[in-house]
Amino acid sequence: MNLREVQRLLDAEILCGEEAMDGEVNTVFACDLMSDVLAFNENKTLLVTGLVNPHVIRTAEMMDINAIVFVRGKVPDEETLNLAKENGIVILGTKNILYTSCGILYKSGLIGAKISSE
Amino acid sequence: MTIKLSYEIGKNDFAKAGTASSSIKKVLRQLGISADLIRRVAVATYEAEMNIVIHSDGGNIILQVIPEKIQITALDRGPGIADIDMAMKEGYSTAPEEVREMGFGAGMGLPNMKRCADEFSITSSLGNPTELIIVFNI
Repeated sequence: MNLREVQRLLDAEILCGEEAMDGEVNTVFACDLMSDVLAFNENKTLLVTGLVNPHVIRTAEMMDINAIVFVRGKVPDEETLNLAKENGIVILGTKNILYTSCGILYKSGLIGAKISSE
Repeated sequence: MTIKLSYEIGKNDFAKAGTASSSIKKVLRQLGISADLIRRVAVATYEAEMNIVIHSDGGNIILQVIPEKIQITALDRGPGIADIDMAMKEGYSTAPEEVREMGFGAGMGLPNMKRCADEFSITSSLGNPTELIIVFNI
């Protein structure tokens, strides 16, 4: 799914990475625990999270995650956004809660990422 | 091609945490290592780096690239792990509450490093440094 479609479905704001909005995502991982995010192994995964700090961006960088949706209207600070910009990561912000965001994306055809031990 | 780079990691230095792993990722990319392998190295290194920040008195992450192998060594200055078997169990964690609030400390770090690696060894005991050697075949 195209990131513009993700943005439209979640009624999300683009917080950074406008130029990379034509990128695609194939799966979603939704979680506030970065330790668990580090344990899956798929490409083109969208991270949906309510945790907002620079470590979320670092985790995405290590995992080659190119797009993150912050839910529940959480707004990242400047340091977090700058780190995302440096790494070419798209950041979207939605007022939807995590459950609703996932429901909308799942209903629209985006399935969950598998964790490595599966 | 032989490369050895060492990065100093500070105790509780959450602001800088991840910068060594980020640098190592960039070095490996410049060497033309495959994206999948770089990700495995990056994840294991980041887990090791966070562990040094969270649990140790500070230490170093050392990257060595020799023909056919990438080795990450994480060596801290203590205080050591009392029970390595427990530390290797998924879900076992001694991380404090503020670390969990940052999204870490789920007790997945060491098992995840082992899973990413081709060879993994840990040497530690209470009151002594902890050394992790994580090897990847190129």
